[in-house]
Amino acid sequence: MAEHRIQLGEQLISCKTDETLLNALLRENVNISYGCQQGVCQSCMMRSLDSPPPSESQHGLTDKLKEQSYFLACRCYPQQAMRIGYRDHTDFVTYGTVSVKQNLNAETILLTLDIDNPFEYYAGQFVNLQRDDGLVRSYSIANNSINRKQLSFHIRRLAGGRFTEWAHEELKLGDRLSVSEPQGLCYYQSGKSEQPLLLIGTGSGLAPLAGIISEALHQGHQGEIHLYHGSRDINGLYWVEEMQQLADTHENFHYSPCVSQGEPASSMLAGRANDLAFKTLSDLKGWRVFLCGHPDMVNNSKRQAYLNGVSLADIYADAFHVASGSLD
Amino acid sequence: MSESLFDQLGGEAAVDAAVDIFYRKVLADTTINRFFDNTNMEEQAGKQKAFLTMAFGGPNNYNGTDMRQAHAKFVKMGLDDSHFDAVAGHLADTLKELDVPQDLIDQVGVIAESTRNDVLGR
Repeated sequence: MAEHRIQLGEQLISCKTDETLLNALLRENVNISYGCQQGVCQSCMMRSLDSPPPSESQHGLTDKLKEQSYFLACRCYPQQAMRIGYRDHTDFVTYGTVSVKQNLNAETILLTLDIDNPFEYYAGQFVNLQRDDGLVRSYSIANNSINRKQLSFHIRRLAGGRFTEWAHEELKLGDRLSVSEPQGLCYYQSGKSEQPLLLIGTGSGLAPLAGIISEALHQGHQGEIHLYHGSRDINGLYWVEEMQQLADTHENFHYSPCVSQGEPASSMLAGRANDLAFKTLSDLKGWRVFLCGHPDMVNNSKRQAYLNGVSLADIYADAFHVASGSLD
Repeated sequence: MSESLFDQLGGEAAVDAAVDIFYRKVLADTTINRFFDNTNMEEQAGKQKAFLTMAFGGPNNYNGTDMRQAHAKFVKMGLDDSHFDAVAGHLADTLKELDVPQDLIDQVGVIAESTRNDVLGR
């Protein structure tokens, strides 16, 4: 019986033509999560790293997952040799050289890397950055995908955060970092240009949203675009003037900086960004929504956006979880 | 052989359309939404999809024991027939909104009803 060679990391597995990839992996005692084995629960989702997976193995996945060659192992009968990865698999694909480092506010820096080998990505995705001793953290790309040679990041200092403190204090122009392939499903896709967009971000959650807005405007997005950027106090906001200027020059872009504690400056709103957004925009049927930043804000907002009428498939979210090792 | 209920309803695309409406109704219903954990919307929606696929007569591996175990903690929280009726009502309303013919809605109702004792741990 014919077999196909499957590579998963360092491990080689042969998959018979009449068995699913999931069964082959289980037979070889690969530790993989799975559930219904019927292509419904999506627990066994994996990613093909070298070739498009068989189309029936992508049945039921969102377009954004299909595009990135995700597939369900329980529905996959390999047609050829495959190199596959776990759902969160990352490869460091290139290096970047620090070319810009400046303060955005008291706790956040803008870091720009000149990329050795530019790669394709969608505005809103993130990459992993790795220091030469192996320390890795994820950061959202803050620019659009038109100029791929430079990637910018907003790095907020976390008390005791090993990577962020190092980036703030010691990282300097000319230093080199490893950069992973782009990841994440919270990104702007062209098409449906008339669809209104709502973007809500807290703190450095502005980074991916700024990239998405820049991309959308560059691609001539026609629908209304509403950005609510929130922070506890004025000092946590940044790019206020830049976003205001963007709103002044683009009729369909609307910017609302929000401050949840203390007195807001004039032209700022008092309250939480998500509360204000959902109160003002109570009927969101047909909208596309992007949510980035504090995990509680993101989770609450997903629910509220959905209750306000947004389809689940139109909710894009990226919760910024603090790496558990940060406080070591 | 006549077309299956699942196919008559429109297959998986119909399930997706229904989940979006159904789950919203459930979450907005203050008499039952305390039973629905909202920390992971995707996982919750996935569970609703699996349930609707089953209720639509689609491919499933329905398991009464799993259903009992999954709902046991809610029974302790007071889950009873009134809550089951509310969910079943939202399901029927969802199908009406999607202009599904009444005889098919009735068939879905019968399948959903068949899970009542497992859900309520009886």
